[in-house]
Amino acid sequence: MGDGMVTIYLMGKAYSVPENLTIMKAMEYSGFQLKRGCGCRGGFCGACATVYRIKGDYRVQEGLACQTVVEEDMYLSMIPFYPAIKKKYDIEELEPETNVLRQLYPEINRCLGCNTCTRSCPQELEVMDYMNAAIRGDIEKVANLSFDCIMCGLCASRCPAELVQHNVGILARRIYGKYILPRAGHLEERLREIEDGRIEKEVDELMAKDREELEKLYNERDIEGE
Amino acid sequence: MSYPDKMRAAIKKVEETRKKRLEETYPMLSPEEKKELLENFHPDYRDDAFRELKVGANKGESLPHEVVDVLEARSMIDPDSFNLEVDKEVDVLVIGGGGGGCSAALIADALGADVLQVTKLRMGDANTMMAQGGIQIADKENDSPARHFLDVMGGGGFANKADLVKALVMDAPEVGKWLEDLGYMYDKEEDGRMVTRHGGGTSRKRMHSARDYSGAEIMRTLRDEVQNREIPTIEFLPAVELLLTEEGSCQGAVLYDLETEEFMVIRAKTVILATGGFGRIHVSGFPTTNHYGATADGLVMAYRAGANLLFMDSTQFHPTGAAFPEQIVGLLITEKVRGLGAQLVNIEGEQFVYPLETRDAEASAIIRECEARSRGIETPTGMKGVWLDSPMIDQIHGKGTLKKELPAMFRQFDRFDIDITKDPILIYPTLHYQNGGVEIDASCETRVKNLFVAGETTGGVHGKNRLMGNSLLDVLVFGRRAGRAAAERALEVKPGKLSLAHVKDYNRMLEDGGVETDRVSPMLLPDYSAEGSF
Repeated sequence: MGDGMVTIYLMGKAYSVPENLTIMKAMEYSGFQLKRGCGCRGGFCGACATVYRIKGDYRVQEGLACQTVVEEDMYLSMIPFYPAIKKKYDIEELEPETNVLRQLYPEINRCLGCNTCTRSCPQELEVMDYMNAAIRGDIEKVANLSFDCIMCGLCASRCPAELVQHNVGILARRIYGKYILPRAGHLEERLREIEDGRIEKEVDELMAKDREELEKLYNERDIEGE
Repeated sequence: MSYPDKMRAAIKKVEETRKKRLEETYPMLSPEEKKELLENFHPDYRDDAFRELKVGANKGESLPHEVVDVLEARSMIDPDSFNLEVDKEVDVLVIGGGGGGCSAALIADALGADVLQVTKLRMGDANTMMAQGGIQIADKENDSPARHFLDVMGGGGFANKADLVKALVMDAPEVGKWLEDLGYMYDKEEDGRMVTRHGGGTSRKRMHSARDYSGAEIMRTLRDEVQNREIPTIEFLPAVELLLTEEGSCQGAVLYDLETEEFMVIRAKTVILATGGFGRIHVSGFPTTNHYGATADGLVMAYRAGANLLFMDSTQFHPTGAAFPEQIVGLLITEKVRGLGAQLVNIEGEQFVYPLETRDAEASAIIRECEARSRGIETPTGMKGVWLDSPMIDQIHGKGTLKKELPAMFRQFDRFDIDITKDPILIYPTLHYQNGGVEIDASCETRVKNLFVAGETTGGVHGKNRLMGNSLLDVLVFGRRAGRAAAERALEVKPGKLSLAHVKDYNRMLEDGGVETDRVSPMLLPDYSAEGSF
């Protein structure tokens, strides 16, 4: 259009919006007060999963409405909710064994290897690679490759094998964090010291001081170097 | 969308001085210098941004206009005609689906209470999800909860409620263990030791993290656990008013379905409010880092029910909000960027402040540099900011560090063709946190009996300035405490007659105070459809 405006189609209806806006701000500019499909507005929460297609192109693309800038002739719709299966489990009862992911989500074996999940991920994660790792039972790899997942569910919504990649990811991360990463010994030690009562005594001594004394201690405290 | 030529020319200066600055440590402010800086440049000290509150427990206090606006407003419901027929009865009603609400629900449920958790948007649509930098826990050998206590008090200007600070620092190790047990993916050394860093105002490296998804990792883990425990939750169902008994104790709430626009009345033995803060009311017109639903709902409801507020004259402006590109103005650039060694630099390519002052001082120094000293860099839309020299991170810690430690941040800018491993980030302070809020005791109970509040909705623990890494800790420590206290109290509560008399009284106070308004609160959702958006 050349005047700094572009035409976008919100669920099929045309609106003229400034060309530099994100999809979310373009919807608001068009007069919508969002209820669903809007959360952190900063690319962390996965509320604003959106699918779009540019006129004349057969391909459907995916993005987060808060992070994707509008384009001329963009046809779009949000997917604020997707009915993905989430298995219930007791984290205390699980064991970090190679078959644990497959036991809870046996359908992962149906993966077609089509890579649609990876292509649809707004975080640009190697989703299919971590699904392959999940099938092999490599929990650590699933945890690390899926770490930046914001659980928007776009992968699951596009998967022809109807897998729930994002839910397999969090299962793997929790098992990894709980059972595979070594425990922090110094944290356990601090908890023992707290049980002994020593620590509380130190805090209580500070609480007994007046503001002037506290201020002095604060201003004179040593700061750990880099 | 990479930097336009004029800004690119300014970046040259940053590059020219980088080598010299790598060797250079800018001196920290003395206590006197800091005081003077705050009084002259912190937005909390701008008289024209404040007015006197005319109603309720804090009547007479001078608070930001935007806070007064939501407090001096009418209820969505008419107390004279509203039908209080109960739709559902539970032991503990948890209002809020963030870190505080989920912690409270998990603990209350574990203690055997019949819990209902409701939230305005989705479970996890909360500032907890967005916290990047980390969580403070004094668990290393050279550290102690007493040191943590001193840092918190000093950071808060010694105005903090000491009993709450004690709870915060003493519970921290237990909370750390709780997360470990739930499968939180801490950044750890090979042997399991926690990787810890400094934050602004810390005397020991006690910032624990999960890359730069520290809060998201907490939120998704807690949400997953709430789902695993099959705790009943309802989304898109905010509370709009609390229900008191004729004796004045809190025993329920009126909820409002955002989609069907129907009300629902819940009777509960105890109520936990964990609705978060107020970023989206845009105090003093600042952009905000906060999520969409941060509209001070809990503050309003608790105040109408008779609770009192602390430190609502104090707002935390995060020093480093994005100032470019336009699409992400106000978005948080985590303090961890400075923790990893990136300096703040003006248009001359010079440092002007020690990078890890407390947030209030750091933000004030940036405002001074851009306003009084005119050494900011202007964007094409006329916004001013200073450089955060992110390429220093790889130079200090080795190539690849930035991408590994700050993947979210890297991705955020990469979307706009800005490579922050090569170019600095333009930043300006952004509204980040509600330092004050509803006064609670160490069990999270308010002046209103059986009403418990946790997290950002409360005030006192952080005094007049919160330190980085203490809000994730706050929501977990006090969410858990609220869950425990509310579940235990529920065992002894006898059902009273539900009433909206407090809303009637509040309306009368508005009239007596001469407040004529058609404003309605809680606001529930900001409206960006009308005019300029944030």
